Amino acid sequence: MPDIKTEEMLLNMGPQHPSTHGVFRVVVRTDGEMVLETESHIGYLHRCFEKVAENNNYLQVVPYTDRMDYLCAMANNLGYAQTVEKLMQLQVPERAEHIRVIVTELNRIASHLMAFGTYGMDIGAMTPFLYAFRDREMILKIFEKLCGQRLNYSYVRIGGVTFDITDEIVADIARFCEYFEPSIIKEYNDLLSYNGIFISRTANVGVLPVELAISYGVTGPSLRGSGLKRDLRKDEPSSIYDRFEFDVPVGTGEMGTIGDCWDRYMVRIREMTESVKIIRQALDALPPGEFCDKKAFRGVKPPKGEVYHKVEGARGEVGFYLVSDGTNKPYRVKARGPSFSNISVLDALTSRGDCMVADMVAIIGSLDIVMGEVDR
Amino acid sequence: MGLERAEIHEIVKTKFPDAVLEDAAEAVDPYIVVRPEVVEDLAFFVRDEPRLRFDLLSAITGVDYPDKKVIEVIYCLDSTVHKHWLIVKVPLPRDNPRVASVEKVWKTADWHERETFDLLGVTFEGHHNLVRILCAEDWEGHPLRRDYVMPESYRGIKNVVY
Repeated sequence: MPDIKTEEMLLNMGPQHPSTHGVFRVVVRTDGEMVLETESHIGYLHRCFEKVAENNNYLQVVPYTDRMDYLCAMANNLGYAQTVEKLMQLQVPERAEHIRVIVTELNRIASHLMAFGTYGMDIGAMTPFLYAFRDREMILKIFEKLCGQRLNYSYVRIGGVTFDITDEIVADIARFCEYFEPSIIKEYNDLLSYNGIFISRTANVGVLPVELAISYGVTGPSLRGSGLKRDLRKDEPSSIYDRFEFDVPVGTGEMGTIGDCWDRYMVRIREMTESVKIIRQALDALPPGEFCDKKAFRGVKPPKGEVYHKVEGARGEVGFYLVSDGTNKPYRVKARGPSFSNISVLDALTSRGDCMVADMVAIIGSLDIVMGEVDR
Repeated sequence: MGLERAEIHEIVKTKFPDAVLEDAAEAVDPYIVVRPEVVEDLAFFVRDEPRLRFDLLSAITGVDYPDKKVIEVIYCLDSTVHKHWLIVKVPLPRDNPRVASVEKVWKTADWHERETFDLLGVTFEGHHNLVRILCAEDWEGHPLRRDYVMPESYRGIKNVVY
């Protein structure tokens, strides 16, 4: 049919859309099934956390950090607490350091499970989601026992952690590790990772070359999926990560090209194994003693000065720039959410002319964003 | 690990002897303060210099100091090659804060500069699309300025202060 009329179409995806993982809007210029160009719009969840932080004291800021990356709140708590501690030159008790590592890694697994489950669903596989939630629930139960919260923990605070970890919880975590690795991870691989349909939907799709990733400030599993071994837990161990043995999995282009969606996805699955390794070592090494600096818990007043500090969250570099004027309220807190930079690369990935509309959903999912920290 | 922070500062100072206003190598988190005119040259230099190779821009942010009549723009740089980092601060006059965009050097700067423009009102010259990113397009004022007053209402939605 030679006289069929074809023309470009402008589509609006979001802000309310199940595949945008939150309130994220993309304006897509399409030509049939092909995406020609996209333009991202963010800010729908903006609540100006940084302004709120100026009006609260140092301890009151902690709950706001939870709500940035709500799927890996422990890492945000940790980043903020360590930033203040770095400015105060405050030493945290050994036991607290170990507990921090354990909860952050558990939270990383929970977050990657969420990424794994929803990614399957984005691609069209409903079942893995239920499996992921079955296991994520166990971690949330442990956290509930530990601090009464399932998502916004405010558990890691300036000077230590809120509650001590009991023997019962230690046993729970050990039991979870026993259950989870290796058998459950193998189950995930059988279910989704090596599924033929899944591979054909993700391999060679949304290839992110490492130079482009670095230029856009992409960090975390999305950067490691492009083959670069950059993990702040290894490169700049801020907590006690340098005492533990673990590997940093990177994308190798096993199923297609280095840096495709499958690589980014697989890095997360492999990271879960590494997190379990760290948790096991930290549980074994857990020393007795204090779990917090009681004086710091009553309120802190850091000296004048400023500091930038970053930790490895589940999505990449969680950074805080803190300016103190010597009072009990921070003069300025800047939060660098990894998703903010990670999602900025989307337009570059989808505007090359080789992207289908359905691939766009696969690409957004593989970047694993949380809008809470994009908009802050 | 790469170079010490003081060594990095030395390299920058040798290249731009007149532009470095302050070298706080002894601070808790060392930083250097440079003149706004050299920002773009400095950005290209620290990215391409083989000893430095700051290829990853972690964040651009700003701090408002009304009593000093200054807005400081802060660049947090990171090197994935040498695994060292650097903080560069640029003081700008508060009534007309303007600085060259580094978008051509690091693509990250695109959104981070838009954010700094949105929240602090710093103009990044040469940015291809300097519009608000987090606040609504018709939002008035820049929230992270210290003297910012919340509007009483926005499009008929009253602002309730608790």
